[in-house]
Amino acid sequence: MIVGAIVVDTERCKGCELCTQACPFGIISMSEDVNSKGYHYAYLADPYACTGCENCALVCPDTVITVYRMKVEEPSKAKN
Amino acid sequence: MAKVKHHNIPLDQIIKPENIVFKRTKLFTDNVLSYCPGCGHGVAHRLILEVLEEMGIADKTIGIAPVGCSVLAYEFMDIDMQEAAHGRAPALATGIKRTNPDKFVFAYQGDGDLAAIGTAETIHTANRGENITVIFINNGIYGMTGGQMAPTTIYGMKTSTTPYGRDPKQMGHPLKITEIVAQLPGTCYVTRQAVHTPALVRKAKKAIRKAFEYQKQNKGLSFVEIVSNCNSGWKMTPVQAVKWLEENMLPYYPLGDLKDIGLD
Ligand SMILES: Cc1ncc(C[n+]2csc(CCOP(=O)(O)OP(=O)(O)O)c2C)c(N)n1
Repeated sequence: MIVGAIVVDTERCKGCELCTQACPFGIISMSEDVNSKGYHYAYLADPYACTGCENCALVCPDTVITVYRMKVEEPSKAKN
Repeated sequence: MAKVKHHNIPLDQIIKPENIVFKRTKLFTDNVLSYCPGCGHGVAHRLILEVLEEMGIADKTIGIAPVGCSVLAYEFMDIDMQEAAHGRAPALATGIKRTNPDKFVFAYQGDGDLAAIGTAETIHTANRGENITVIFINNGIYGMTGGQMAPTTIYGMKTSTTPYGRDPKQMGHPLKITEIVAQLPGTCYVTRQAVHTPALVRKAKKAIRKAFEYQKQNKGLSFVEIVSNCNSGWKMTPVQAVKWLEENMLPYYPLGDLKDIGLD
């Protein structure tokens, strides 16, 4: 199976929320905290469900998202 | 919404340099983009830089920044750039390309810049078939100066100078300059794209790539319009603006190629 993760540069995120709309699984949310500019930043709210599809990064106007993806051989058991 | 499937791989096993599939191109400078949250200029900048990187032509490319919100594009793109007076980017690009025919030259322009004050330069540069690429960001408004009506403002659209919506009886009709440019024999590739969904971003990048491939083959002027948003000028949140763009801008400015004479 394919597993993925994103890392958000929270200091550069402007909180536009376009990534939350682009995520096919709806697993990106906006933080309650704000960064030093006062923006709520995006974060992966359900980190064990990301497939690294890149959709969030593609629409991000500030390119603050780095996407990781890898293949794992054995289908691992669901966490919940 | 796709169904969520959970795995139990520790995140530190996934977040490793060898697993990176998307990262910020090195052709961006470290400067934070001066654009409002959610503005399409940022994606457009990135796609150009990614294309230059993938084609390996960044050190042979000269970009022209316009007047408008993207006036500081040269602060963000780590390539050779020149700033033009309002609307004159294609004229400047002409001079640069003619004196440096081995360089790739592109003009990056908003709709106020390209379709209002710079209309003459746009049309004549295209008609002369200059071997340059024009990237045209159409957000239907003068973003930088406070959201005034542009020639591209669509029917009924509210701006700071059309508070009751654009009325064609008084203010004329939205200008489809890309359709005009496509008619000119000097152009080789004319297309209209958008960047507000992942699929459209992928398509727009292919279009920008193709535009530079045309320039490589000296086929004439290649022209890529990107229908974009101006959340601040439209007085909407970025998410609302994208929805509004889909429902209102795209019916008037339909996406797709208007002209494609064919690469060798
Ligand atoms: C000769 C001249 N006329 C007018 C202006 C004022 N002005 C600055 S930006 C702008 C419009 C920019 O709109 P657009 O090209 O659509 O770009 P955006 O800001 O929306 O990205 C105008 C009219 C100027 N700077 N120079």
